[in-house]
Amino acid sequence: MRRTVRRLALLAVPLLLGGCNLVVLNPAGDVAQRQGDLVMIATGLMLLIILPVMALTVLFAWRYRAAHRDAPYDPDWDHSTGLELVIWAAPLVIIICLGALTWAGTHLLDPYRPLARIAPDRPVPASVEPLEVNVVALDWKWLFILPEYGIASVNELAAPVDRPIRFRITATSVMNSFYIPALAGQIYAMPGMETTLNAVINRPGEFEGFSANYSGAGFSGMRFRFHGMTEQGFEGWVAQVRRAGETLGRTDFLALQRPSQNAPVRHFSAVDPDLFSAILNMCVEPGRMCQHDMMSIDARGGLGVAGIGSVRRLVRGGAADDGAERPAGSMVASICAIPTFPAARPERAAVSQMRLTGAGLRPPGLERSLPLAVSQLPPGPES
Amino acid sequence: MTNDSMTTQMPAPRFYDLEEHEHPEGGSTMLGFWIYLMSDCLIFAVLFACFAVLGGNYAAGPSPRDLFDLPLVAVNTAMLLFSSITYGFAMLAMQAGRSGLVRFWLAITAVFGLAFLSIEIHEFAGMIAIGATPQRSAFLSAFFTLVGTHGLHVTFGLVWILTMIVQVGRRGLIAANQRRLMCLSLFWHFLDIIWIGVFTFVYLMGMLR
Amino acid sequence: MTTPSDVSPILGKLTLAALPLDQPILVVTFAVVAAGGVALLALLTWFRLWGYLWKEWFTSVDHKKIGIMYLVLGTVMLLRGFADAIMMRLQQAIAFNGSEGYLPPHHYDQIFTAHGVIMIFFVAMPFVTGFMNFVVPLQIGARDVAFPFLNNFSFWMTVGGVILVMMSLFVGEFAKTGWLAYPPLSGITYSPDVGVDYWIWALQVAGVGTTLSGINLIVTIIKLRAPGMSLMKMPVFTWTALCTNVLIVATFPVLTAVLALQGLDRYLGMNFFTSDLGGSAMMYVNLIWIWGHPEVYILILPLFGVFSEVASTFSGKRLFGYTSMVYATVCITILSYLVWLHHFFTMGSGASVNSFFGITTMVISIPTGAKLFNWLFTMYRGRIRFELPMMWTVAFMLTFVVGGMTGVLLAVPPADFVLHNSLFLVAHFHNVIIGGVLFGSFAAINFWFPKAFGFKLDPFWGKISFWCWVVGFWLAFMPLYILGLMGVTRRMRVFDDPSLQIFFITAGVGVAVIACGIAAMLIQFAVSILHRERLRDVTGDPWDGRTLEWATSSPPPEYNFAFTPVVHDLDAWYDMKRRGYQRPLSGFRSIPMPRNTGAGVVLAALSTICGFALIWHIWWLVGLSFIAVIVTAIVHTFDYDRSHRIPAETIADTEALRTQALAAAE
Repeated sequence: MRRTVRRLALLAVPLLLGGCNLVVLNPAGDVAQRQGDLVMIATGLMLLIILPVMALTVLFAWRYRAAHRDAPYDPDWDHSTGLELVIWAAPLVIIICLGALTWAGTHLLDPYRPLARIAPDRPVPASVEPLEVNVVALDWKWLFILPEYGIASVNELAAPVDRPIRFRITATSVMNSFYIPALAGQIYAMPGMETTLNAVINRPGEFEGFSANYSGAGFSGMRFRFHGMTEQGFEGWVAQVRRAGETLGRTDFLALQRPSQNAPVRHFSAVDPDLFSAILNMCVEPGRMCQHDMMSIDARGGLGVAGIGSVRRLVRGGAADDGAERPAGSMVASICAIPTFPAARPERAAVSQMRLTGAGLRPPGLERSLPLAVSQLPPGPES
Repeated sequence: MTNDSMTTQMPAPRFYDLEEHEHPEGGSTMLGFWIYLMSDCLIFAVLFACFAVLGGNYAAGPSPRDLFDLPLVAVNTAMLLFSSITYGFAMLAMQAGRSGLVRFWLAITAVFGLAFLSIEIHEFAGMIAIGATPQRSAFLSAFFTLVGTHGLHVTFGLVWILTMIVQVGRRGLIAANQRRLMCLSLFWHFLDIIWIGVFTFVYLMGMLR
Repeated sequence: MTTPSDVSPILGKLTLAALPLDQPILVVTFAVVAAGGVALLALLTWFRLWGYLWKEWFTSVDHKKIGIMYLVLGTVMLLRGFADAIMMRLQQAIAFNGSEGYLPPHHYDQIFTAHGVIMIFFVAMPFVTGFMNFVVPLQIGARDVAFPFLNNFSFWMTVGGVILVMMSLFVGEFAKTGWLAYPPLSGITYSPDVGVDYWIWALQVAGVGTTLSGINLIVTIIKLRAPGMSLMKMPVFTWTALCTNVLIVATFPVLTAVLALQGLDRYLGMNFFTSDLGGSAMMYVNLIWIWGHPEVYILILPLFGVFSEVASTFSGKRLFGYTSMVYATVCITILSYLVWLHHFFTMGSGASVNSFFGITTMVISIPTGAKLFNWLFTMYRGRIRFELPMMWTVAFMLTFVVGGMTGVLLAVPPADFVLHNSLFLVAHFHNVIIGGVLFGSFAAINFWFPKAFGFKLDPFWGKISFWCWVVGFWLAFMPLYILGLMGVTRRMRVFDDPSLQIFFITAGVGVAVIACGIAAMLIQFAVSILHRERLRDVTGDPWDGRTLEWATSSPPPEYNFAFTPVVHDLDAWYDMKRRGYQRPLSGFRSIPMPRNTGAGVVLAALSTICGFALIWHIWWLVGLSFIAVIVTAIVHTFDYDRSHRIPAETIADTEALRTQALAAAE
């Protein structure tokens, strides 16, 4: 009976799947596509051993059932060195293959690594700079700042097709996870910390983005639209945002970060250029010391006993629905009136596109090959 | 299997222990207590790890240099080390079977332990008085929690020592009490070892940071 | 919500507003639970069972009774945890097309948190601890565990945790943070209510019990094995129990410490996990998973042991590859410490760190795979009797491999980036926990029930339960795998995309089928008790067993073995049967056994009160109950006379009765 059920289930799966959108396996962005491919390749590799095990289980269960008196019965047989070697070696071999794939795949698809290609056979042209998007997870909505254009939007984002995008991601309150399944895998958004994601969208269209890490009452509504657009379409969207009229300065941001659920799309035609750095360094509130200042002070040994009294209570719009002001932890008062940020934030040293030692990465020239196949690696000095 | 074939050849196997000697009561206590100490050690490991991660985050407040009084801490360390020696004397007295002497040395140990705690409370009170509270920075949270947890252990150790003084007084050095004194000995020396870690990693290396 | 000024000196934060009178679901639940509770109490009083329960069970230090109490506790909490599951499935099945479903976030978020916490800490853990408690001393030929009083205390601490969790249902609320309560969400700023405090103290109280029980069982296994039982002649279940308890002792202190730090942040405003003044939430995530991942193996390893015992017994064959089975278990134990980071590849660690932890995770599948092959080749050339425990074992083998495969898949960091926190992940861990831990627990219950009570469980209802569970499981979780691939994330309360609904409805149907399975299991227990004479086993060895627990009567006498068995072979009892053992009929000696004590109940009750007072900031009660715990513990140490002696005549009488029963059964 169980087998009948399973057979029916197996038949049903493709039928059901035909009707739905397996976005993880069939996304619109090159990074997500390679991640999805990896899911399929790894599954295939493992099925090599899983299927025989399942078949043998059923076979042995059937063949050696007590009622089947003709089957051989060997009650004292409990050891076979050869067989033991096989049962340890078989999974080992699979895991070695999978491990190599993992090592190479993890480095190639490291979200921090600038993209080397925008699609199979299409390396990133040297002239193209990635589109910078600063992402802030708020309670419970997403704020996107496009510093290149000086605009921002809530719960809506657009990007031109085939142009690499570099997301810098942070959060104001709790942990969230920034995830657009059609574009690329997710990465956490955490207060006071910055994570990075490099991705590219290859097809125009409207895609879902959301928080993939539970963050409280409004979590279910913390969704946004991500538009893949042609170059003109994107210019049009930027123009539309610019027409909005609203601006986003520090005070506006403090109002914006109050908790709200199912927030509608909002556009901001101008943004304080230091806002994202201030959010990231948790010093949007006036008079609050920025984290980068605090860290450099701490690295020099703190401010001594004199620094003890600089703590102030923080007040914030509450998490509860009544919107009342509540104590929200403490902050260290700033020692200068206006926090400053280095004009040009020191860029992270570019990740070398050359082959990393032991990482099994292809030199850039050989990037055009299968989506991710270790077998295609050319012989290198260390292999 | 080989052992199977061997046992099959063995003549007239004995399947039951008919002349059983009873296990001495409490024969497993020491092992159990050891394992407990190892688990306790892990709690300290977590607190040390937290201190290692957060120990430099002063939140623009005071650092170890501003707060620690190394000579005082050295005196404190000496108190705890002396208490370990006097506990050792108590154990020697136990070996000699002199219960009065055991109680005497336990009392001395307790006095040293109390001195240690008093100095520590004095240190904490001084820091809190100038506003260097555990709430002030992550460094101070980690510091107070690590050192305070050790202090809490010492406090329980003191309660235990007092209990043992009473119990040895009432029952003498019976097997159960000897076992308990052994466990307490492990516990007390364990706290010493932890303190040496605290002294080194928190105080000495904190001053060098 | 209360601000500090609302805290009364007498009742702390506790006010009438803490009672959820405005939530009809909770009021009805409370009415039903209260009615059931009152009825139960009335029945107990009517049949004058209080004295019996107190003397024979609550204060008992007998490892068998404590084991059974753990299992009863786990079963009761399974019902609670499953009720949560049904509510979630129902909410997700209807919250489409603009419908908000029937649960507001305030309630729904508590439900999924409670479901996870209860299923792991108060269902799976009691099951596992119960089996180890009941079986291990019997299997190693011991008369009790090394520290019988501690055992009783551990159990009641677990009950204390359960009481706190259950109380949160009707007094105040439970955490709305997910089962691991990541800060900053679980910090005082974003969770100012008592929910997270309930979570902290319930786990803290239960965790103490678990740690002590772990120490107890390690010492039992190391010190109290029967003569001749070298480590490599220890039954596999005992081996897995040993490894599990090593894991418990080596990880639960981490949980204790993390909960304490989280408590310090919440109660005293410290800065461990909030970044305002230099703390780091990422440290919490690391620490909690350093406990959390080994916890998974704490749950599954003993069940691997159960499957080994069952496969060997019902195939009528020695276990294939005992040595490699043992080494595989030890490998898993060690490796389980080196994989915690795979729970948060997406936190932004570098590629080298991620791939290291990904690969260590995959490496665990090698010993696990070896185990699976060992069970397979135990069946090979066996004579397999498909009794219920064996059916569960085969179902496990077929189910678990799928869960294992998806687990390895999630260990590939780039794959995890797209599947992390999705319903695919939810399906994966239910696949291994239901397919492994629960199926294993059901195998174990059916396997050892006759040992515990002297009669078998009814196979008819058992089979109904089996098929409902297996079919229901596949129906409930295969749609979740698909939903995960569709990019649907976990812990969602409402959905926009109507094309998802059919999958959630299918999953809901699956849960309904599982509900039938649970009902059938309860019926199975009832029917078996009613027909116990028909199902009676007087031999003590209903399955043609192979290890020492089957050498004594069912249920075993208080002292387990009149004479300690001497072990010559891995399958000690099989060896005794084969080589014509003679059960000694005379020459009994008196046996010292530990005496029952109420101290464990009192200590645990006081600890629970202390936990409750901490939750509600009732400081005078905190102080009072804490001092009471210390004083009670000290007073208990003044009781030196903790054992009693079973006279030789009593043993002779008990054994004579067994001799008669055995003769009658011939």
